[in-house]
Amino acid sequence: MKSFAYHQPSQVPEAARLLGALEDSKIVAGGMTLIPTLKQRLAAPPALIDLSKLPGLSGIKDEGPTITIGAMTRHADVARSAMLAERLPALATLASLIGDPAVRNRGTIGGSVANNDPSADYPAAVLGLGATVVTNIRDIPADQYFVGLFETALQPGEIITAIRFPVPLKAGYAKFKAPASRYALVGVFVAQFTDGVRVAVTGAGPGVFRVPPMEQALAQHFDPSAIAAIKIDTEGLTSDIHAEADYRAHLVTVMAKRAVDAALS
Amino acid sequence: MSNVIGIGAAPKRKEDQRFLTGRGNYVSDIKIPGMTAGVFVRSPHGHAVLRGIDKTAALALPGVIAILTGEDVAADGLGTLPCGWGISNAQGVPMKEPPFPVLAQGKVRFVGDMVALVIAETPEQANAAADLLDIDYEVLPAVVGVLDAVAPGAPQLFDDIPNNICCDWELGDKAAVEAAFRKAAHIAKLSLVNNRLIGNPMEPRAAVADYNPGTGQHALWTTSQFPHVVRTLMSGLVLKVPEHKVRVVAPDVGGGFGVKQFHYGEEAALAWAAKRVMRPVKWVASRSEGYLSDRHGRDHVTEAELALDETGKFLAFRVKTLANMGGYLSTFGPNIPTNLYAPLLGGVYTTPAIYCNVKVVFTNTVPVDAYRGAGRPEATFVLERMVDVAAAEMGIDRVEIRRRNMIPKEAYPYQTPVLVQYDSGDPMGCLDGALAAADVAGFGARKAESARRGKFRGLGYSTYVEACGLAPSRFAGRLGARGGLYESATVRVHPGGQVTVLIGTHNHGQGHETTFAQIVSEKLGVAFDNVDIVFGDTDRVQFGMGTYGSRSLVVGGAALSKAADKVIVKGKKIAAHLLETSEQDIHFEAGKFSVAGTDRVKTFEEIAGAAYVPHNYPLEVLEPGLEEQAYYDPVNFTYPGGCHICEVEIDPETGVVQLLNYTAVDDVGTVINPMIVEGQLHGGIVQGVGQALFENAVYDDGSGQLLSGSLMDYCMPRADHMPMMNIATHSTLCTHTPMGVKGCGEVGTIGSPAAVINAVVDALSHLGVTHVDMPATPNRIWRLLQNASLPIAAE
Ligand SMILES: Cc1cc2nc3c(=O)[nH]c(=O)nc-3n(C[C@H](O)[C@H](O)[C@H](O)COP(=O)(O)OP(=O)(O)OC[C@H]3O[C@@H](n4cnc5c(N)ncnc54)[C@H](O)[C@@H]3O)c2cc1C
Repeated sequence: MKSFAYHQPSQVPEAARLLGALEDSKIVAGGMTLIPTLKQRLAAPPALIDLSKLPGLSGIKDEGPTITIGAMTRHADVARSAMLAERLPALATLASLIGDPAVRNRGTIGGSVANNDPSADYPAAVLGLGATVVTNIRDIPADQYFVGLFETALQPGEIITAIRFPVPLKAGYAKFKAPASRYALVGVFVAQFTDGVRVAVTGAGPGVFRVPPMEQALAQHFDPSAIAAIKIDTEGLTSDIHAEADYRAHLVTVMAKRAVDAALS
Repeated sequence: MSNVIGIGAAPKRKEDQRFLTGRGNYVSDIKIPGMTAGVFVRSPHGHAVLRGIDKTAALALPGVIAILTGEDVAADGLGTLPCGWGISNAQGVPMKEPPFPVLAQGKVRFVGDMVALVIAETPEQANAAADLLDIDYEVLPAVVGVLDAVAPGAPQLFDDIPNNICCDWELGDKAAVEAAFRKAAHIAKLSLVNNRLIGNPMEPRAAVADYNPGTGQHALWTTSQFPHVVRTLMSGLVLKVPEHKVRVVAPDVGGGFGVKQFHYGEEAALAWAAKRVMRPVKWVASRSEGYLSDRHGRDHVTEAELALDETGKFLAFRVKTLANMGGYLSTFGPNIPTNLYAPLLGGVYTTPAIYCNVKVVFTNTVPVDAYRGAGRPEATFVLERMVDVAAAEMGIDRVEIRRRNMIPKEAYPYQTPVLVQYDSGDPMGCLDGALAAADVAGFGARKAESARRGKFRGLGYSTYVEACGLAPSRFAGRLGARGGLYESATVRVHPGGQVTVLIGTHNHGQGHETTFAQIVSEKLGVAFDNVDIVFGDTDRVQFGMGTYGSRSLVVGGAALSKAADKVIVKGKKIAAHLLETSEQDIHFEAGKFSVAGTDRVKTFEEIAGAAYVPHNYPLEVLEPGLEEQAYYDPVNFTYPGGCHICEVEIDPETGVVQLLNYTAVDDVGTVINPMIVEGQLHGGIVQGVGQALFENAVYDDGSGQLLSGSLMDYCMPRADHMPMMNIATHSTLCTHTPMGVKGCGEVGTIGSPAAVINAVVDALSHLGVTHVDMPATPNRIWRLLQNASLPIAAE
């Protein structure tokens, strides 16, 4: 690790100002992704801006048709939220499947969504629920937020302050853990709304994506049998030492069925 | 004497007090005034010519003290890293033994090959300088797999080693095997891969080196399983300094599994550099650095054939293996896939003729050497898979074919056709015990229940034997060992009767401080708490070959037992004098020297006191003091073994294999501490399960990059992969070790991969699947199901 300056601002605007003023500075949230990259000397930012002291960035709020989760809310708090267990249990389940207890106690939803790892879990929920990424300057709809491999619509210096999730009728998440890393080899989030169904897949490709044929089939009949025969094109899917593209494609269907099962149970 | 805790008891481990309270002392805890930081610059290429290194920019950075390269090593006349075994082909032609320079010279041969050592005031400065070192490589194509490496036109690692073959080695009576194959009723064939593994001890490798110009003394603290061997090899062959001028200390070490039983270039480079810069130097590897430099294990490609008569009796076994050595020969490298492999191909069976040919091959990968089990898991896997394949082809039950071929208990000692003679054993007894413990009778019902849930359930057996307690020196010498393989122990009785043992084995997780104290407590009747075990420091312990090959209790424990016996012999002489009788009349038991048939007694403490305060003492004929030393060279290997039964369930939708039950009934000879034996079995089995289902070191062909370069990509077994294990012993006593012990450090790793894969194949056999290569990952199982000859359906 190379040495760096460390700032702990107490207001969001101050954090934004520091980010703009200090060249190549980086936000640190839970540090679960950033710190390992520093240790491996893959990145060497001259300054870190720690968001942990910013007021109002942490917590889960029930707003009726939506639920808003502050960017600095830890995975563990999402996993054990009684309100989510009642209103959006699929999201609590998803958070409980991230990493291990140490990672869940440190890692944040904002950090995960900002980082947009192609195998991360939260992007599936954000896209699958059609959530809104709230930043210090604007609201970004999920369908416009995820741009590509580790790429998002965030501008330099933009800070995620919260994620706003619409509450579905039903939702389910099924994750096939990569054997070594236990990130999602394939994770599928399925959500049923009054006006349709959304299916979002993480892990299988270079970024989270939706599966329109499954969405249409499930809108007709919200049952695993409706999508059992829908096969995913292997084109563009990831192939690596853990899983070949056709196996990932197969798992998308299997996990989608299991996510629907979970939503129904 | 109170608090005697002897053989068979299960006290809590003495060493855990310091480990669990954070009072261990590991290499990275060591701080010496003036200490600098060392960082190794490693080749990013699998195969390249080293055209030049420009140090200018790196040297100009603040805090940089020195940057040493292969040229400096050559200029100072250092030797190359020695190989401890020299094998030969059938004609007696010795293996090709290319030099393994401490820092690369001329060429780099694997990703991770050491090119330079940067020394700076801090690790940050050393890393910054390492980044600026300008190294000019001419990149060559790399070859990583054994089949590719021996193919015509493959990249050649060494100009004078055609086809990258280090040695074309063989064992056994080829003609007898061929004759048996000609009259066989059935010949079963199997091709398999034994996957490449990374040892992954909890603590990464580390070393601190110091040099004292006032005494001319080198000191090296290193994460080693055998500090004395490091001293001998490094002083005499690499640094070329007298052995008494080198101290090597391996303090607390956080696991080894073989990875730390080699003399590494880092050790020699740091010891040499500390003298060059006249400052202590410390280096601590990261996990990823370890993956690129710790010696890997296994990596075989094998073709096997078994000849059987019409009743399923094995007539002959023929095995051809290509074994990966990596880019250079490591300390034990060529010994593992040869001498520790082929002699185990007889297993627990009466196969009369066996022939094995092993081509030992260089590739552009990290050197391959011993990893827990070393050669024997490979042999067991080939044989136990082969038995299942033959049984299936001949329509004979898998247990029945094993019974028909097993060596009966009465036939021991049993001479195999491949060098080794088993002294004792009862494989049938282990099998029967395991069949009952695993409730094999109820398997059919369990399988039907799985099928109702759409899952495939399978049962797998492995009945196996291994050779450990390395090793009878004379025998090993004939096989190519360049050193002895005995062990030594000193029993130092203090004036108050407490005991310090100085032993040449090394404890890095095995519980020796407990087991060895139990032996002393039992033999001398001394309180368990009054026995301490000292190891790991060449300045404290007389000599030793260290810990590997399940040898510590078998060979080290035997030396300890002999030394304790010598203490008793001397104690009897002292007691005879004090009790005014002859030595023959003194009886020693439970810490008391008594005159047979009387109540006249001297306690062990009284005798110790008399030895150190020799006022009333036979000084004319006996030296004062009570300290005895023994060296023990085993007369044979020991042969632990047993029967493992594994039960798995496969989800055909995802290909995931879940372990449901695991039973092991092992013959490890006398059990000193059943809790520790069970712990060794647990750990060993989990590592074997890791090989069977999860672990795989994968290199990219052409570039030689390690694709499984971190724990994100190299899958270790985890606690939630394992069911509760059902462990028992069914022991016969070793006939030649003093206490009847056989060793238990590796049995778990040796028996388990075959049991797991046999279970996986059994679960899929209704689909026509006859073999699954390790690791049986979900992707691999799913692929087999896609290609299966029958439609996928739970029975
Ligand atoms: C062992 C391990 C296992 C893991 N397993 C999983 C898993 O199974 N599934 C999974 O999804 N993830 C997993 N993770 C990742 C984990 O969820 C991380 O916590 C997450 O990816 C990043 O969150 P963080 O709060 O730690 O962010 P940090 O590491 O602090 O930051 C990550 C990046 O996001 C930026 N950033 C952080 N917060 C904001 C913000 N509010 N606005 C703008 N930019 C921001 C930072 O500048 C940085 O570039 C694992 C991590 C580890 C170490």
